[in-house]
Amino acid sequence: MPTIHYILKDGSTRSVQAKAGASVMETAIQNNIRGIDAECGGSCSCATCHVYVDDAFVARLTPPDDMEQELLEGVASERTPASRLSCQLTVTAELDGLTVRVPETQA
Amino acid sequence: MAGAAPLVIVGASYAGTQLAASARELGFDAPIVVLGDEAHMPYQRPPLSKGLLTGKTALDQLGLRGPDFFTHNAIDLRLGTRATALDTTAKTLQLADGSTLPYGWLALATGARCRPLPVPGATLQGVHQLRTLDDAQAVLQAMGPGRRACVIGGGFIGLEVAAALTAAGASVTVVEGLPRLLARSFSEPMSDYVAAAHRQRGITLRLGKGVRALRGNAQGQVTGVELADGQAIDCDLVVLGIGVLPNVELAEQAGIACANGILVDGLGRTSAPQVLAVGDVANMLQPAVPGGPERMRLESIQAANDGARAAATVLVDRPVPLSAVPWFWSDQHDLKFQMAGLPVAGDQTVLRGEMASDRFTLFYLRDGALVAAHSVNRPAEHMLARKLIAQGARIAPEALADTALDLKTLSPTPRPAG
Repeated sequence: MPTIHYILKDGSTRSVQAKAGASVMETAIQNNIRGIDAECGGSCSCATCHVYVDDAFVARLTPPDDMEQELLEGVASERTPASRLSCQLTVTAELDGLTVRVPETQA
Repeated sequence: MAGAAPLVIVGASYAGTQLAASARELGFDAPIVVLGDEAHMPYQRPPLSKGLLTGKTALDQLGLRGPDFFTHNAIDLRLGTRATALDTTAKTLQLADGSTLPYGWLALATGARCRPLPVPGATLQGVHQLRTLDDAQAVLQAMGPGRRACVIGGGFIGLEVAAALTAAGASVTVVEGLPRLLARSFSEPMSDYVAAAHRQRGITLRLGKGVRALRGNAQGQVTGVELADGQAIDCDLVVLGIGVLPNVELAEQAGIACANGILVDGLGRTSAPQVLAVGDVANMLQPAVPGGPERMRLESIQAANDGARAAATVLVDRPVPLSAVPWFWSDQHDLKFQMAGLPVAGDQTVLRGEMASDRFTLFYLRDGALVAAHSVNRPAEHMLARKLIAQGARIAPEALADTALDLKTLSPTPRPAG
């Protein structure tokens, strides 16, 4: 099982075992990671599962599609080149060790 | 505060769960008991009429929180438990098993139930509704290629189910009693667009048609829908989507003020001391918008969550009333609808983009201020509209309509103070 590292608002890191095929958002919800709200439940409608992906992984992810690009324009915290919606990131074996940082606010 | 009387939350869906979560996040340290009348752990409802039926979402992805959430936060979740009576003087709740539960704070998050169809045949086999996980699983079992489905009700649930059934290969007819779809939420141009979009995607619409009866065979299986004008629609399954009724019985019997739901202020407080109401059952005082509705019983995730967050602040005596702009979404076919704000009849509408392209936003202005926006496949405009609506921004209609202008570069004039 791939491990995903979530850097929380207080700077601490939670490392969890993720199921391949689940999204980084679902993995967060099922492990009670604070700071990923995901109000729409992963239908790419709300932009409240925003994360900053560690530089080492940004290029290894499938780039955001048009809908995600548009929603990223509306995230509550600063949007950077590392910004992604975690509901659109699917966990794979290749992403073992993926590190994402939770933003200051989602709303 | 181990000896303190608990916060008892009746209802374990979005509002009930969020209230418990927010209470703990704010440091509320009395015991919390959450009662859920379903057997399932709290689950996400939007996928029931969207991803679950289309196969995009699996059952094990539906958990509203992780399995450890309740124990980690010292929340006593009791599933399959129904409250039957409330005594706001003695501050006790009667449960279906005969026991009595005392409370310090009570929160009613009892939600709503599907409105029944008051015609003969409504209880035939093959007649479904969609509210719970069990409902959705029954529809899943019944749907499939070649099936003929009749959806009664052209609201959001009905149209989402119609789209999902179509994707599964069923032939689908939607019957709506009013002359247009989504009449409660949408202006006429939006309703007309939605009707055209569904027809283009293979759905038959029968608008302005009442239903007189559902017909069945000798085995008690539904075989058709009889319209008020005598016409009949043959079908193998029926899905009812004719709205919901708020579950106000506990509150009403206890003498708590109700009118289209339980009346609450912007903090979720009811007419009874130490009793809150949140979620679909709460008819909540809305943030003031000139010319806008004073209170609304909104049936949305956002309203449930934000209402619960506001109510939680009461529990720790640091009250912060509801301030969010209401928003919700709906996925139908390849169309992502996103709605922000609360339009009223008479608002000026401004279209940005072409409806025929399935990518546009209809903005609603009231006295020059942006009050609402309905978007189709335009999430960036939806997100921006939410910010602008919250600011009470005044934007020239010509600018809103000009797709050559980047909306983000506009510097709107905020609503004048006072």
